[in-house]
Amino acid sequence: MSEALRPDLALIARTVKAGARVLDVGCGDGALMAALRDAKQVDARGLEIDGGNVAAAVGRGLSVVQGDADSDLRYYPDASFDYAILSQTLQTTRRPDLVVEELLRIGRQAFVSFPNFAHWRGRLSLMLGGRMPVTRLLPDTWYDTLNIHHVTIDDFRALVKERGWHIDGQWFLKGDRETTHANANLFAEHAVFLLRR
Amino acid sequence: MATISITEDSRFGLRRQVRLPGPLPLVSGARLGPLDIAYETYGAMNADRSNVILICHALTGDQYVASEHPITGKPGWWWRMVGEGKPVDPARHFIVCANVIGSCLGSSGPASPDPATGEPYAMRFPVLTIADMVRAQAMLLDHLGVDRLAAVIGGSMGGMQALTWPTLFPERVESCVVIASTARHSAQNIAFHEVGRQAIMADPHWRGGDYYADGRVPSAGLAVARMAAHITYLSEAGLTEKFGRRLQGREAKTFGFDADFQVESYLRHQGLSFVDRFDANSYLYITRAMDYYDIAEDHGGSLASAFAGTRARFCLVSFDTDWLYPTAESRIIVHALNAAGAQASFVELSSPFGHDAFLLECPELNRVVDGFLKGGRA
Repeated sequence: MSEALRPDLALIARTVKAGARVLDVGCGDGALMAALRDAKQVDARGLEIDGGNVAAAVGRGLSVVQGDADSDLRYYPDASFDYAILSQTLQTTRRPDLVVEELLRIGRQAFVSFPNFAHWRGRLSLMLGGRMPVTRLLPDTWYDTLNIHHVTIDDFRALVKERGWHIDGQWFLKGDRETTHANANLFAEHAVFLLRR
Repeated sequence: MATISITEDSRFGLRRQVRLPGPLPLVSGARLGPLDIAYETYGAMNADRSNVILICHALTGDQYVASEHPITGKPGWWWRMVGEGKPVDPARHFIVCANVIGSCLGSSGPASPDPATGEPYAMRFPVLTIADMVRAQAMLLDHLGVDRLAAVIGGSMGGMQALTWPTLFPERVESCVVIASTARHSAQNIAFHEVGRQAIMADPHWRGGDYYADGRVPSAGLAVARMAAHITYLSEAGLTEKFGRRLQGREAKTFGFDADFQVESYLRHQGLSFVDRFDANSYLYITRAMDYYDIAEDHGGSLASAFAGTRARFCLVSFDTDWLYPTAESRIIVHALNAAGAQASFVELSSPFGHDAFLLECPELNRVVDGFLKGGRA
């Protein structure tokens, strides 16, 4: 892989099976797609809201469509991909639960990665400082953040349980490294779930 | 790389014209033949003929995509996209651009002589569709010995042809670039065209289309048609920036109906210079073909079914200030391609220039098209 992938993307890239069909929702400039294409001969398609990112991704020869995860997933047929991937985008959607439902309709499995808002640093900032946390993973202030649905690992697990989805895999990240499942909700900065319906 | 020698083959090069026997069966049921097609080619076909790119032109465009226009002396209309070091490059690609049938730059159209009478067809020329134009292009490619297109590329009406190609000849198209275009003509599009046609037909010189004999052509009507259309090619912001309410060569309003405002003077110039290079009847026929264009209608009302089973890759580009074929039209195409499981890319680019943006300076457009074309060989 030509460029260093973000840790959650590297983890997903490792797990995706070679030759799979993948829809990367919120694919950014296509870094993961390019890595999957080049290293695993994956047939990757992308959806991305930012025009500059789309132009960059198409400029590197990727099939990326400019669109919105909240409104444009319904145009994809059922089970048309092996994996649907939503990385660091869940917390920016208007209806995260419906977006995940769509991912599980379109893909046989879905990767969902998101920053854990219950990480101890954020908790501390809120409890002691009384301010919304601004951290390395969540660098934006409350008024200009794109994150409109702050979610914790335990929140997400509760949603998975409530909807009856299955967890095929889960990984937790602290910085660039994987961390244990124990107390992930307190100690993990980032979570990656592999789900199916 | 081995190439097919083109220097001694008269089929290839600039300012070519061929008479094909046809007949070409038209969507209307009529048949057209023999038919002339004027075209240009650039670059050379490689040994396996896998580097052919067809460029499709817009309503008033022509085959001079990357060479000087014989009437206006201006550089090729898409020199920013086609040429040395550009995304479509004769050093790498064999490039074909043909004048659409119905037009007036050397391909059969209403100004051409009707073989039955020897007189210009005028309004006896059969009404055409975009699909007819595409089938004529396919006949030209047969003549050139081209089976498959690495890419078919077009903006505006050229985009309509490009998008139609894989629906008619799915086995002949590997990729398709559709810029500032649509899968169907909207009521508003048809309405603007009707204004233009009525302006032409209201000109006393039009005379039912039989104006070729004495050289008194419906210039005034055609100029008005062009002026009205030209407004739709620009954006309100672009017009404001370029002209605002500034006066033309005068200090004060004249309280008359001369071209007081710069924008009036500009439009009059656009109208007048257009009549020197375009035939009024061709304008009627080509706008009609665009109005009849609706790919979904030709496929049982489902745009997705038009692309079912296609293996072509698609790249769609729209511009945020284009209100003639706005982004929503491109999105309709993208959703249909997604539903059909086709490989599709789409981006809305930002430009102040409205619909005309695809012809103007836009580095992002070149980057997208270049990346898309190269992506096929990744």
